[in-house]
Amino acid sequence: MRCGVVLFPGSNCDHDVYHVLKHVLEQDVVYLWHEETTLKSCDFIVLPGGWSYGDYLRGGAMAALSPVMQSVREHAARGGPVLGICNGFQVLTEARLLPGALRRNRGLKFECRDTFLRVERNDLDFTSCYRQGQVLRLPIAHGEGNYEHFPEELERLEANRQIVFRYVSPAGEEDDAWNPNGSARAIAGIVNEAGNVLGLMPHPERCAEEVLGNMDGLGLFQGIVQPAARLVGAAR
Amino acid sequence: MRAKVTVYPRREILDPQGKAIRTALQRIGFAEAAAVRAGKCFEIDLGALDPQAAAERVAAMCEQLLANTVVEEYAIEILGEAPTGAKPARGTAS
Repeated sequence: MRCGVVLFPGSNCDHDVYHVLKHVLEQDVVYLWHEETTLKSCDFIVLPGGWSYGDYLRGGAMAALSPVMQSVREHAARGGPVLGICNGFQVLTEARLLPGALRRNRGLKFECRDTFLRVERNDLDFTSCYRQGQVLRLPIAHGEGNYEHFPEELERLEANRQIVFRYVSPAGEEDDAWNPNGSARAIAGIVNEAGNVLGLMPHPERCAEEVLGNMDGLGLFQGIVQPAARLVGAAR
Repeated sequence: MRAKVTVYPRREILDPQGKAIRTALQRIGFAEAAAVRAGKCFEIDLGALDPQAAAERVAAMCEQLLANTVVEEYAIEILGEAPTGAKPARGTAS
């Protein structure tokens, strides 16, 4: 599968994503500069983490208006998979490809540590390599990951099953003490209604290789690029 | 024509930055600082637009870029050459 990693000025997790896709999963990967007006025939688009445009105005606000995002929007409208990680998630919300907004962490601190996420649904391609309710350990590194939306919109997210990952305790229980940033409904990651655009604050690309001591993030990429790795039947 | 735009977190939303500033103000002796909201301010030079067109254009700027209306609200003041005073527009905070 041909994968595109979008590069904004200030992206800094782009090479980690490139590495996972190219060297761990042996896919065809290209970088897409933010001024590109085509996606170079990519099937899967990743918006990586970082500080696009220095977080000027709001995290992701400037990047959401860059030329490449128009092509990403068209790709998403055609049903093509798009994954936004950390700043990439912020870009997707600012581009209104995903609902809601990411605000300053509740504790005002930049949080850089492992978190535990529960897989709320595994019927998406993205999560098809995980078991329903599986608890993943993924690192976060952000100052603005506090998910917010209007109360009625949060209800809509719940009703539509758009909440894909929630911060939980290591045992998989909902507990505010394990919510690192104050996100509403302990939201760590959401998907659009169609199920092809996913954003999350934690970094799956930082735990997707055996040498790193944690491979919990690999499945998120495999679910898209290696259909054979998807769980089937009872395993799911 | 110039416009001044102020953007604040919506009142219903926890503003951790404003809260931290309030705590700091109280710590240094300003006990009367009961609540603080921290926001942003933009001054925009609009050239020769008339006040009504200016207010409309700036409101569109707010909706499309300056504010994220999911979590923020904005107020617009049109600052003409003549001292006509503040002119509220849609989306005003106060």
